[in-house]
Amino acid sequence: MKPDRTPALLVAILAAIMVGGLALPQWLLFILTIACAQGLVVLGLSLLIRAGLVSFGQALFYCVGAYTAGGLARAFGVSDVFLQMFAGAASAAFVAFVLGFLLARYRGIFFGLLSLALSMIFYGLVVKSETLGSTDGFNLAKATLFGVRPGAEWVRYTVLVAATCVTLAAAFLTHRYLKTPLGSLGPAIKDNEIRVEYMGASVRYAIHVNYVIAAALAGAGGALAATTVGHIDPEMAYWTTSGEFVFIAILAGSGSVVAPFLGALIFGAIHSVAYGLSPNTWQMSMGLALLAAIVFLPDGLWSLFRRRKNA
Amino acid sequence: MAAILDAQGLHKCFGAVTAAQGVSAAIEKDSVVGLIGTNGAGKTTFINMITGYLKPDSGSIRYEGRDITALPPRDIARLGICRSFQIPQLYSSLSVRENMMVALGILLHGAGRGGFFSSGRPDVPGHDAPAEEVADRILGRFGLADHRDKNAQVLPGGMRKLLDIALTMAAKPRVLLLDEPTSGVSAEEKFGIMELIMQAVKAEGATVIFVEHDMEVVSRFAGRVLAFYDGRIIADAPPETALRDAEVRRYVVGSLHA
Repeated sequence: MKPDRTPALLVAILAAIMVGGLALPQWLLFILTIACAQGLVVLGLSLLIRAGLVSFGQALFYCVGAYTAGGLARAFGVSDVFLQMFAGAASAAFVAFVLGFLLARYRGIFFGLLSLALSMIFYGLVVKSETLGSTDGFNLAKATLFGVRPGAEWVRYTVLVAATCVTLAAAFLTHRYLKTPLGSLGPAIKDNEIRVEYMGASVRYAIHVNYVIAAALAGAGGALAATTVGHIDPEMAYWTTSGEFVFIAILAGSGSVVAPFLGALIFGAIHSVAYGLSPNTWQMSMGLALLAAIVFLPDGLWSLFRRRKNA
Repeated sequence: MAAILDAQGLHKCFGAVTAAQGVSAAIEKDSVVGLIGTNGAGKTTFINMITGYLKPDSGSIRYEGRDITALPPRDIARLGICRSFQIPQLYSSLSVRENMMVALGILLHGAGRGGFFSSGRPDVPGHDAPAEEVADRILGRFGLADHRDKNAQVLPGGMRKLLDIALTMAAKPRVLLLDEPTSGVSAEEKFGIMELIMQAVKAEGATVIFVEHDMEVVSRFAGRVLAFYDGRIIADAPPETALRDAEVRRYVVGSLHA
């Protein structure tokens, strides 16, 4: 059996971020933190993709997580990054638990469009809610960590390290989950649901569990994005945001729990460069990048790191 | 001998087509029963009703005295009634061994073993060994050990059939339903494959019900034959008697064997 190198890789990434982060400029710390937030969402999305389900509505949970963090900050003055991420994950998981009873019955395009529809319903609700700031959203106070508010120049670094800890812990737990009998059912469900059912497992249950985990990860990501950017608005639930997550998932590829974060980082980099070069046509550059990824790396960026298997 | 499976008065219609009309059969424990009949006679409908894929319009199915008529396929599988398919149902993107590991994983999950907080390699219920060992053992019995790392979709037809049945055996079935285990397999391979299957089944110990069109295979392996015609059982007897039955010769076996 091949040794499992993922835990060592995760620890190495944490060490690299903690040490390297000290020397990085503020804007790069920001991009890395957002990559953590988006990577969390895509990590969850990849659980669903493994089972053959592409959700075009993960932005729903991203936004639920963000507004939970915002609501906690606004109503109770909670600005602790860990608490916000935990609360964001819990609230998104709860929403997914309820919606999962409906969504776990659908497959293929119906699953994709139904998840998109639900996220757009939530978008509509938030836009109409003046309490939540309608289309403008609202701002969040600067993040704290265990009650300590870091100095202005340390905020980005502190949030990044906290985010990396949570993110890598989530990646490790997901990695372990994928090794459990339930977690490893994804590709089997994608290949042949009939066989899974006839072996005595409930496909709906497995999908429901994956959906809730994916939502919890997206909720944590949304809360992190909210506290990092310092502002939330309904666009976080808009379908284009969901599209970005699917974009990153395709760009990243599967095969490792680290892939989504690499994908999110490359996505952030392409986005920043494209926006800097041509603010009005940056979407075109993104489209070209996706096209290139699909044509030249059909299994995603992560396939670059995998040795070719002998057939 | 006590019946492990008892189907009584099963009726099933698909619109104007009657696929089962009053099908009754009690299957004894550890017996090997062959289902014969022309296409559309109701053999697969019978298997589909026992395994929960189809619900009969009326009638009942009891397994060890328990009514399982309304249970979904997964619950019936958990009770120990498993099936293979006429067209093998495999996880085609996974390797042969990964196919087995998924099957064994479902057993572990069903028994609450190998979960998130468990450590080590728990024994698969019924097999009393870790999944890796059980997978290799079953693959060995079905002659698939040398192909364990191959992708399931590149296997030739006969091996796909074997893997399909091997997956079923992973669930440690007490009643095994095989839907045309030798269809699509060359005439020379048929007996070899059936022999392999029966030996593996005997090693695990299970009651077998198999659908088969080749009467030589039926005569050799079945201890009892249920002959289907037009949704009814027209003969229920040992193969030598059933295959000589006038109705069976007329409607099932055909003039070649008459």
